[in-house]
Amino acid sequence: MYGSGTNSHRQGASFMTNEHVLAHDAEKLKQYQIDSDICIMEVCGTHTTEYFRTGVKDIFPPRLRLVDGPGCPVCVTPNHYLDHAIALAAQKDCIIATFGDMVKVPSSYSSLARESAGGARVEVVYSPVDALDIARQNPRREVVFLSVGFETTAPTEAVTVQQAREQNLKNFSLLPGNKLTVPAVKALLDAEEVNIDGFILPGHVSAIIGTNAWKFLGSEYNKPAVVTGFDDHDLLKGTLLLLTLISEHKPHVLNEYTRVVRDGGNQHAMDMIYSVFDADDSEWRGIGVIPGSGLLLKEEYADFDATKKFTVDIPEPKEHPGCRCGELLRGLILPTECPLFGRGCNPEHPIGPCMVSTEGPCAAYYKYGR
Amino acid sequence: MPDTVLPGHGSGGKLMNDLIHDTIRETLGSESIQLDDSAILQLPGRQIAFTTDSYTITPIEFPGGNIGSLAVNGTVNDLAVMGAAPLYLSCSIILEEGLPLDELKRVLQSMRAAADYAGVSIVTGDTKVVPRGKGDKIYINTAGIGVFNSPPQRHDILPGDAIIINGFIGDHGTAVMAERNKLSFSKGLSSDCAPLNMLIRQVIQSYPESIRFMRDATRGGVASVLNEITKDRPFGAKLIENSLPVHDEVRGVSELLGIDPLYIANEGKVVIIADGKDAPAIVEEMKKVPEGKDSAIIGEITDDYTGSAYITTRVGGNRMLPLLIEEQLPRIC
Repeated sequence: MYGSGTNSHRQGASFMTNEHVLAHDAEKLKQYQIDSDICIMEVCGTHTTEYFRTGVKDIFPPRLRLVDGPGCPVCVTPNHYLDHAIALAAQKDCIIATFGDMVKVPSSYSSLARESAGGARVEVVYSPVDALDIARQNPRREVVFLSVGFETTAPTEAVTVQQAREQNLKNFSLLPGNKLTVPAVKALLDAEEVNIDGFILPGHVSAIIGTNAWKFLGSEYNKPAVVTGFDDHDLLKGTLLLLTLISEHKPHVLNEYTRVVRDGGNQHAMDMIYSVFDADDSEWRGIGVIPGSGLLLKEEYADFDATKKFTVDIPEPKEHPGCRCGELLRGLILPTECPLFGRGCNPEHPIGPCMVSTEGPCAAYYKYGR
Repeated sequence: MPDTVLPGHGSGGKLMNDLIHDTIRETLGSESIQLDDSAILQLPGRQIAFTTDSYTITPIEFPGGNIGSLAVNGTVNDLAVMGAAPLYLSCSIILEEGLPLDELKRVLQSMRAAADYAGVSIVTGDTKVVPRGKGDKIYINTAGIGVFNSPPQRHDILPGDAIIINGFIGDHGTAVMAERNKLSFSKGLSSDCAPLNMLIRQVIQSYPESIRFMRDATRGGVASVLNEITKDRPFGAKLIENSLPVHDEVRGVSELLGIDPLYIANEGKVVIIADGKDAPAIVEEMKKVPEGKDSAIIGEITDDYTGSAYITTRVGGNRMLPLLIEEQLPRIC
């Protein structure tokens, strides 16, 4: 059956099963009294889809609105990065290794899927470390891994670079595109474009950076926030907790996902990231350049940096006219408010990245919305 | 005898004769496979059902089965879900040069075992060999003939009808995906590859008037079957998440890869739409057959969301189950 259904939670004096807790919390959310409109933002692509998949969004009380933040790694990757990847793919003897989500994302003029059909070699991997195997198996070719993702994937990508160096793999490099979530959330708030009453914070990212990394939301911006896990229990508890903080005007940053997330995060993983990468300015789709929001390879790893290893002509990037992924990623609109949504832009023929990735808000609304 | 498939095995000469006699007929059953150009068959009953399917899979062997058992059970099931009793199969094999004969033998042995278990005979066949690199080890086509002992099981579906499944979903696709990608955490996964004809016979014999529709939930999984049923129709198909049988291993792997068990292929599961009031008794009947021991009612046909499939989740919200455009891709994090 879905869900384990075997654990029990102690609730007050009585002993409640998982199912009872779930039903109880679901009812509480359904009946939650909201006096004025409340807008909350989730900052994680997995939350975007899980709110739909678990049906928690379907039982939101009236006047509660959930907007999607810049939490889908594929979505926030700007066209320029993909254009660069495609220029690399066009080189003779180059293999592009990438997570599956990236393949169908439209670049300025093409997509990796289209280039692959035209003869470029694009390999989908489940882990960056798999790209090292491809490099070993193809010693006469250059393997470039598209290193995208947030703090969650960065440690593995750092390990991959270290292993490549230890194994003296000369035909492996990565195209750095990793992003950091905290500066992006700060940038959103500083822009003052959207009125967000509170945040559902990413569980996996927070497992790495820790709840403390988000404390500024309360102290500097007066916004409550809850680090939340991903199953239906988590989403119900996280949302209820956030609603309580909002209605009681308490700008605290709390952690619902205590079984995974610690206040101080995972120092070992953080050390791993910063032993290979340095934080630097980075461009986000729709938001622009955010100071200190990206990860670039340290100088000592320059041999594994595809931007330094290869010189390629990258065309001037351009956006598709009418595509509103940028505004969407700033929380300004919902997917259904984009004029292209479902008309000209759908998962079969995506125009913007938010319609492609399984974590993209448009893909989630298209798949589950009605 | 050589130990791999050679170009000469498709030549029409002695090598080919040896392969057919010593390996294929020896395994599949020399008493049944005809050496003549066609098989001559006895068919009881008035109407027959006739189907064909081609099988390709990587890897050809996986936990719970191989391409041979798949090729027998898949065609048996296509006949069975129409309400026909499968009797005869053909078996046409395309071999890639270099395939180890041991592997071929294992595939043939499992074809034979699956056919014996399902009670069907493989009565005619063909073998071709393609050069190395022009095939993927082995392709099998099986055509099948079944007879109707009662009218075909196709009736109008109505709101209030129950949706029944004969056990755990997503096992086959997850086991194959894990084997193909050498996932280290795939312990305990196994394909559900099985014939459905005994199970379906049991249901039809006991409740001949109560079955509206049956379909095996192969590629695209249970969600895709429900989409076929509801498309452009004046009713919706509702699943209840709490009633869905999903093994913990399947749930774990699919959560990790970001894919949904409702869309994962099965090779031994049938979705039955049946009269709501008889459904509990039908499920009890199904549980008497090994292929139906974990049968359950998993949803119902409703007046809501007409033309669509949807699921009521554990928290009581609804989510749509649209037809997927293509294969599910694993996600980044």
